[in-house]
Amino acid sequence: MAVWRAYRLRLRRRAFLLRAWRKRGEVRAVTDRTGEIGSNAILAFVTVRNEAVRLPYFLQHYRKLGVNHFLIVDNASTDGTLVLLQGQADVSVWQTSGGYKASRFGLDWLTGLMRRHGAGHWCLTLDADELLVYPHWETRPLRALTEHLEDQGRDSFGAMMLDMYPKGPLAAQRYAAGQDPLEVLPWFDSGNHVVQVQPKMRNLWIQGGVRARVFFGVEPRRAPTLNKVPLVHWRKGYAYVNSTHAILPARLNAVFDEMGGEVLSGILLHTKFLPEVVEKSAEERQRREHFANSALYDAYYANLITSPDLWSPASCRYDGWRQLEALGLMSRGGWV
Amino acid sequence: MSVGFVMLCHTALDRAAEVARHWAERDCPVVIHVDARVKAPAYDGLVRALGDLGNVRFSGRYACEWGTWGIVAATQEASSVMLKAFPEVRHVYLASGSCLPLRPVEELVAYLDSRPRVDFIESVTTQDVGWTVGGLNVERFTLRFPFSWRKHRALFDGYVRLQRRVGFRRRVPSGLVPHLGSQWWCLTRRTLSAILDNPERGEIDRYFRKVWIPDESYFQTMVRKFSTSVESRSLTLSKFDYQGKPHIFYDDHLQLLRRSDCFVARKMWPQADKLYDTFLLGKGAGQVAAEPNPGKIDRLFSKAVERRTKGRTGLYMQSRFPNKQWGHGRTAAPYSVFEGFSEVFENFEAWLGKVAGTRAHGHLFAPDRVEFAGGETVFSGALSDSAALRDYAPKNFLSNLIWNTRGERQCFQFGPNDVQDCSEMLAGDPNAQISVISGAWSIPLFHSNQNFGDIRREAARLQKIESDHLAILRSHNAKARIRIWTLAEFVENPMEPLQSIVDEISPRSLRRLTEAPTLTDLKGFGQFLQNLRNQGMQPVLMGDFPAGETVPTALRRGRPYLVK
Repeated sequence: MAVWRAYRLRLRRRAFLLRAWRKRGEVRAVTDRTGEIGSNAILAFVTVRNEAVRLPYFLQHYRKLGVNHFLIVDNASTDGTLVLLQGQADVSVWQTSGGYKASRFGLDWLTGLMRRHGAGHWCLTLDADELLVYPHWETRPLRALTEHLEDQGRDSFGAMMLDMYPKGPLAAQRYAAGQDPLEVLPWFDSGNHVVQVQPKMRNLWIQGGVRARVFFGVEPRRAPTLNKVPLVHWRKGYAYVNSTHAILPARLNAVFDEMGGEVLSGILLHTKFLPEVVEKSAEERQRREHFANSALYDAYYANLITSPDLWSPASCRYDGWRQLEALGLMSRGGWV
Repeated sequence: MSVGFVMLCHTALDRAAEVARHWAERDCPVVIHVDARVKAPAYDGLVRALGDLGNVRFSGRYACEWGTWGIVAATQEASSVMLKAFPEVRHVYLASGSCLPLRPVEELVAYLDSRPRVDFIESVTTQDVGWTVGGLNVERFTLRFPFSWRKHRALFDGYVRLQRRVGFRRRVPSGLVPHLGSQWWCLTRRTLSAILDNPERGEIDRYFRKVWIPDESYFQTMVRKFSTSVESRSLTLSKFDYQGKPHIFYDDHLQLLRRSDCFVARKMWPQADKLYDTFLLGKGAGQVAAEPNPGKIDRLFSKAVERRTKGRTGLYMQSRFPNKQWGHGRTAAPYSVFEGFSEVFENFEAWLGKVAGTRAHGHLFAPDRVEFAGGETVFSGALSDSAALRDYAPKNFLSNLIWNTRGERQCFQFGPNDVQDCSEMLAGDPNAQISVISGAWSIPLFHSNQNFGDIRREAARLQKIESDHLAILRSHNAKARIRIWTLAEFVENPMEPLQSIVDEISPRSLRRLTEAPTLTDLKGFGQFLQNLRNQGMQPVLMGDFPAGETVPTALRRGRPYLVK
């Protein structure tokens, strides 16, 4: 039975790889600087669409963490994203006008790139609205983290998305490109997450946070998935299944301890709720490219368009990684 | 000059060179061993980098795979070079390429000068070691280990099992008592030369070649044979995680390392610029000459082991998700569940919050919404009062609530009208204090103005639900602190149970309850039960209420009588 299950997962993984290979023609290299990638480089893979506002701080944050090269697929941006990226010395850019949903939310494009450029490297797979923090991140760059993970015999690292939001109506905030988004979005829900393990791939399924509280109080099952495995010591045959929520081979999903202990983990500070979200939601609602079953999320977008206030008196104000660890949202495990 | 350093290096040779230069320039001879697996250009670079220093030597190279003889052979060879080339050296300090001196060399020299005959080496008998990981203590000396632990773990483990089963034992050479300890020592010329020049060394080395992790036992054992004065501790600060791997020190450990007062520490992260700058460029000087005291930072590291292996009880999150066997369903702190109390007493929640000084919620599992204390819609940790969110994952809801409010005891009401999904978790949670007045759900029915046929049906339904719930509480799996009274028992003498519950909630207050909650009016309740019986329903959970108008003594008063 276990063998059969493993075989089916293997088939599934191969299908993802095949799919990525078939779609390799959809992305066209615009600026290819991958020749500069050193043998020990830490890479970041990103799909973007109209993220000119977020990208300056995004790049700054990950450069500070020690990402050596960014490999970015631009999905038909119209806001100058492409020009911005082409001007960065450590960024290689591909362009595509293919459908985001049809390419498994960008994963088909990235899987192909990762197979070509990621093998042997520690690879981050990110969205432009995700800022990774982990225990000691200000004093220990990603290199220290990945070396520690290797020492521990681990080749994947889990980081849950934490939805950050402002106090007051979303559209009433001001954000300028290059600014730290947390200055505008310092609030989060600290203790309303729901954790379960999905038996098929032994991956976690975490839901909750402010989006579940405000938008999915009637249908909690539809609340967005928050668990991610964004950092992986990549090898050729690997493939993400559903965003970076789950990955194959399934052993890479084992980023948690089942015997009561705590494993080192991080947090992806999710800056989705910058003021532009209101405008973008109107567009997403039309495009229907973000959820597998988009019609079910109409109410969600409709609500977002009204620029709601997500803040509550029980909201928590961000105060650094030690706070996130004390709250039990992430853990340093044995890494002191 | 009295101390020379033997350095075993295999990576980050540039850092090793900095440290070697630091010592050599301060008149301490250095002998460097570089792992044979390091490639020639890197090795040549190191030799060149230190070429200008007259008191640095390189010794013959061995491959040093972890846990094998190579490390001991390398140490022996490098030590021999040290003793021969630098006759003025009295203490030899064994260090690695990732060691960093934390205190000025002069302080170490002075320290050793005042203890000229002392060998500093951690050396503990196999019975007394507590740190070996994997259970191999004395067996390190009595079994054979031909397979690599790193590369062929299954073969390694299998061969150990096989030898145990057939009862194989190697003979320990006579005169040796196996000892274990940290690899990093500081020995006197007298002891070290006695070990190296020992006429029986050939035989002993042959034996130790096949001992598991000989670098933690060879010198530790031999020193017991030759030393006159063993100080069983390492002068090198080194911390190990739960798997026995050394902790790495980063820039943020600067203050910690300073406070340790140790002479040398390992292992440093090669890119820890601040550490190397601070301690090598002399910015660390000017401390008082204190005894090395690694104990100061032990607490932090033992806490780390605990965090990694045991975690925080009651926390369920992305990297801690214990399965059933390992305590799934346990919450973070004690809490109290009251069943039937808000029916028996008027304004019970307000009274409880006041008397016990806790957060007293209403029915958290009410079908329409979560009744948080004070009618909050979003509670601690941003828990929503949406019943749908709660019922999506009731166990998560409860463990989140208790986790979010650590340090403040939570109390809530529960009853057969509530969503019952969490019954088993409540009963199985040692943190739960569950107090039940069975049958109390009938009181609102008694007071209600519905048609008696509806009341009868509702009573039958609630009685069924509560019976099932009580069966769970009474099952052998229940680990909660559970007390159950029938309604009749309870109203007979309500103060004693209340007192003992409140004492348990706030044991420090230890005061008599001076203000009792008001009992609800039960006049005619016995007749009500009789009417139910007459309608064919059998109310069993309330206990024995006399039919007719006689009411138990305590019930005649509004408030129970208090004995002060």
